[in-house]
This record gives sequence, structure tokens and C-alpha cells, in this order.
Amino acid sequence: MRTAEALRMAVEALRVNRLRSMLTMLGVIIGVLSVVILVAIGTGAKNAVEKEIAGLGSNIILVVPGQVGLGAAPTQSRLDLADVAYVRRVVGDPSKVTVAVNSGEPVRVGRVEVFATLTGTDENMPHVFDRPLRRGRYLTETDVDTRRRVVILGSEVAAKLFGDVDPIGRQVTIAGVRFRVIGVYETVGSTFGVARDQEVHLPVTTAQRLIGLPRINGIAVGASGPDEIEPLRRRVVAALDARYPGETFSAVTQTQLLGTIGTVLGMLTGVLAAIAGISLLVGGVGVSNIMLVSVRERTKEIGLRKALGARGRDILGQFLIEAVLLTTIGGVIGILTGVGGALLIQAVSPVPASITWWSIVLAFGVSAAVGVFFGVAPARRAARLDPVVALRTD
Amino acid sequence: MSRDERAGGPATAATPGATGAPVPAFEAISLTRSYRLDGGVLVDALRGVSLRIGQGEFAAIVGPSGSGKSTLMHLLGCLDRPTSGTLRVNGVDVATLDDAGLADLRNRTIGFVFQSFHLLARTSALDNVALPLVYRGVSRAERRERARAALEAVGLGHRLTHRPSQMSGGEQQRVAIARALVGDPRVLLADEPTGNLDTRNGEEVMGLLERLNAGGVAVVLVTHDAEVAARARRQIRVRDGRIERDT
Repeated sequence: MRTAEALRMAVEALRVNRLRSMLTMLGVIIGVLSVVILVAIGTGAKNAVEKEIAGLGSNIILVVPGQVGLGAAPTQSRLDLADVAYVRRVVGDPSKVTVAVNSGEPVRVGRVEVFATLTGTDENMPHVFDRPLRRGRYLTETDVDTRRRVVILGSEVAAKLFGDVDPIGRQVTIAGVRFRVIGVYETVGSTFGVARDQEVHLPVTTAQRLIGLPRINGIAVGASGPDEIEPLRRRVVAALDARYPGETFSAVTQTQLLGTIGTVLGMLTGVLAAIAGISLLVGGVGVSNIMLVSVRERTKEIGLRKALGARGRDILGQFLIEAVLLTTIGGVIGILTGVGGALLIQAVSPVPASITWWSIVLAFGVSAAVGVFFGVAPARRAARLDPVVALRTD
Repeated sequence: MSRDERAGGPATAATPGATGAPVPAFEAISLTRSYRLDGGVLVDALRGVSLRIGQGEFAAIVGPSGSGKSTLMHLLGCLDRPTSGTLRVNGVDVATLDDAGLADLRNRTIGFVFQSFHLLARTSALDNVALPLVYRGVSRAERRERARAALEAVGLGHRLTHRPSQMSGGEQQRVAIARALVGDPRVLLADEPTGNLDTRNGEEVMGLLERLNAGGVAVVLVTHDAEVAARARRQIRVRDGRIERDT
């Protein structure tokens, strides 16, 4: 028997039991649909985080006191500006080292008050981080040395405090102290939940006086190229370990962050896909079940076909093709609705969704395989039917 | 296609005069068939049947129910294999064939007519009749052409697209006969072909079988209806798994 003929017979058989075929397909549709959507969401989340990290700038090493990692106790910083100068000597290029002192304070203009993340930094910040200005200027060495009371506003802070008015040269009040606005940053979005457009930058020395502690929270070092990151990281950590024996310092690179987060999100995507895969499996069991019913119902037909000259493998092929047709049609519908669903989620919700071609190919392949796997048992049962017994069945 | 080539064997061997003496349609030597029932009881349905049915014969296998006539027909129809003994169909020893070979032999040599017609519901008369040719790998166009010719031969040329449910019992049985004929078999095996029909339709079907037999096809009827059996030129009476009388 020709394949085209078998296909025509299978389509006919599925059409005859239209409702049943649809319901059986539904199990596969839901399985494939959830695989496609969940993988799209997982991949979308991973892409979004990776974009955030890459958005920081390139080849950055963040040096912080203590251990960095899940479950590690936060460490009281003992680093100060002298340590920054020391790291600068270790690195060799002072412009590639910058500093951060963090605090949260309300920033006020007249009656408008906005809570902002204060970050004390220095003139080298733009050499290490990728942080374009919309207006005004960056901090200068003089700003830092003379503890000038100047600030650069994140775009969101600027918009909330000044609206459409140009803030350059205007005054803001932080903890009772007046500051002059010298710049406004471009909108950059957020990284790890840190809304960077809600930051306010000021000279590190000014920040230390405002907070009342001579400490700093971290040192950021910019490497000259991707190959330089790892040697530089080791050099900086070794230097700090030598300076403070018995204490730990961590240096995190973007590559490490990307790697860790990529692994975690990759696992998450895998788990989601596996859960969705289970529903596909359940759909497959449904196909198997319905095919068994179909074989039983059509016992007489099978007997007749055998009497008329159908070989075992003709019957096997007929029922197998029926099962595979069920699951692949279900698979295609599932892929189409899954892609549509992912696009819809992306359009109406903040959840990022990214459709990957491999998830579609995989979903289709798996649904076809499910058809073969779950169709084989019923089809073999049909192929083995004894024509005498089958014809006698009423 | 390999099926066509292989199947050419028996057909050629069966041609009378091609190799001297004609090969009989069926040749059974000491056929037995036993079944084991679910309870483990062994039932001997056939206890040694020897039989020869020649090309173009018209024979009736008769006997009461439980006599083994249906079992015999299943063996002759290659739907089943004997427990012991030799069966040659058109000169081919069925013991030498695997299941696929047996299916092929059924497809090419034997046409079946059943008491309850066994037509596919929801399928047109034309497609029902064409079904045996599907398993022979015949192209769709040729199948349709031959099915149409077979339906015209049984007087149903005007019913091509009708479904079984739209036809009378007599018409359905004629569709079944057309289906049995479409592959040009050597033998028609008819199991109580008139059992589900009224007298008039039964008469019509018997007339059709007689006409086909006159055309050269051997007809083997299985029946317990003496009147139907009387139409056959030869009557083989089966009782308790043995041939009681053969006239």
C-alpha cells in the first residue's frame, strides 16, 4: 500500500470521528503550547538579564569586601579611599578604577521630594561604566578633591523633580544640604532590580561627609579587553589579600555574572520545559487510549481489510499514521497558538518572551515522536488481529 | 513492484493447459484444525478433510452449524492455517507462505462474499469495491476505473457514489460481490451469501453467482440452506469435522 493512500485513509478516519479527534489532539495541543510559551518566557528572561548586564559597560570587575554568593553574610566594609589609591597603583591605569559609596536619601526641590539612590563616585566613573549623559557634564577631579556639592541626576529623578524644566544649574536639597545640578544622565533602565535612572551621583568625598563614614562600598575596575579581565581580577584580589591578611575580598566580573545567571535561568527554562513536557506526555497517553478504542471499534474493519489482502504491516502503518497525524496536527496547532500566546504575553505584560526556533522544532519533533511511541502499541494490536476472529466480531 | 512479480507465479501455474494438467483451485490433504478454548479445552473443528475443487467448479459446502464448515472455509480462504495436513491454493502450498504471502494470495486468488456483507460504512460503493486493489498497489485512477467496471458488471453502475446505508441488502451484497470480483480472482468464497437477504434478493444474488461461474470463476458456497445448496453442481456435506458426503 502506498503512503499517500495510507495518509488519505488516516485523514478519512480522523474526519469520521471529528469530535473525538479534536479532543485527543487537545491534549497534545496544550502540551506543545505550554512548551513553546514557557521556553519563550524562560529564554526571554535570560536575554533580558544578559542585556542588563551587558548594559553596564564592558569588561568591568567589581571588587567588594567579603564573600559574594547566596547565603554569604554581608560584610561591613573596611575599604576607604586609601585602598582605592592602592588599587589604582596595582592596576597601573588610574583612570580605569572608580569607586562607589551608596546610600538612599530623599532629594527635594521646593515641595517635590523624590527618594533616590545616592552614589558617591569620582571622575573615572564614565571610563569604567557605560553611562552616557543627556545634558551637562560628568564629575571632575576638582569636584572630588574639593568636596563640591554638585550632583548628576538619573533621568527619572530629573523628570520627577523638574519636569520639562532644564535642571542644569538648579538646586536640589539632600539631607538638608543644597546641591547644584551639573548633569543629567540618559535613560538606561535597570540592572538586577537597581533602577539606575533613579540614581543621583555626587563626588565620593561629598557623599562620605553626608553619610558620616569614611568608608566606600566597592571599587570598580575596567579591563582593557575581555582577555585582560581574569588576570586583572586575580591581581587586584591578591593585592587586597596582601594588604589585609586574613580578610576576604571578592571580585565579580560580568562574565561570571552572566555565567551564573545564565546557568540559573537555563535550568529554570529546562524545568519549565520539562513540566510542560509532562503535559505533552499525558496528551500522548490520551492518543494511545483513543487509538486502542479505535482499534477495538474497528475490529471488523481490520478483519475485512486483512481478508481482502492487507498485510500486517499495512494495518500497522494505517493506525500508526493515524496516531502520528493526530499528534503532528496537534503539534502544529500547539506551535501556532504557542507562538501567538508568547507574542501576546510580550505585548500585554512586562514578561519578556523570546521565541526560539529550537523550541519549535523540538516541540514538533516531540509531538511526532509521541505519536509513534504511543501509536505503536495500538497499531501492533491491530496488525496482529486474527482475521477470522475479527470478522466474526459483531 | 515486487508484489506484482511474486504474485505472477500462482496465476501462471493456474492457467489450465499451461503445464499440462490444470492445477486445482483447492487441494486439501488430511486437513485438521484444533482450537484451544479459553478454559483450556481442545476442540477439533476439522478432523482430517481431503478435498479437491477444480478451476471453474461450482461447489457448495453444507452442514449443520458446528459441523466445521466455517472452519473449512476459513482455511480455504487462507484466513487461517491448518493444524496439520497440506493445503494447496491454486497450486501453492500455503505452509510455504509467511503471513504477508498469505495476504497476497488472498488478495489475488480469492474473492470473499460474507453473510453480513462487511462493507465499510461511510465509504462509497466505488471505494468499497476498489479496496482490494489498494493493497495491490494499483494507482487510484486505475482502481476507480476497475471498480466502476465491476459495479457495472453486477448491475450497480448507477450506485457508484452511494454509501452502504443508502442501499438495500441485495444491493449491498452485490457491492460485496463486485468487491470480490474486482481483483480478477480464481475463486469466489461465499459464506451464506443469501443468509441476510429476502427470497427475491437472494435469488438475484444466486443468479449473479451462477453467471460469474459461467464466466470461469470457481464458486464455493458455504451454506446450511438446502435450497441454495441445490443450485450448486457439487455438494460437499460436512459433519463433525469430516466430509460425510461429496456429490
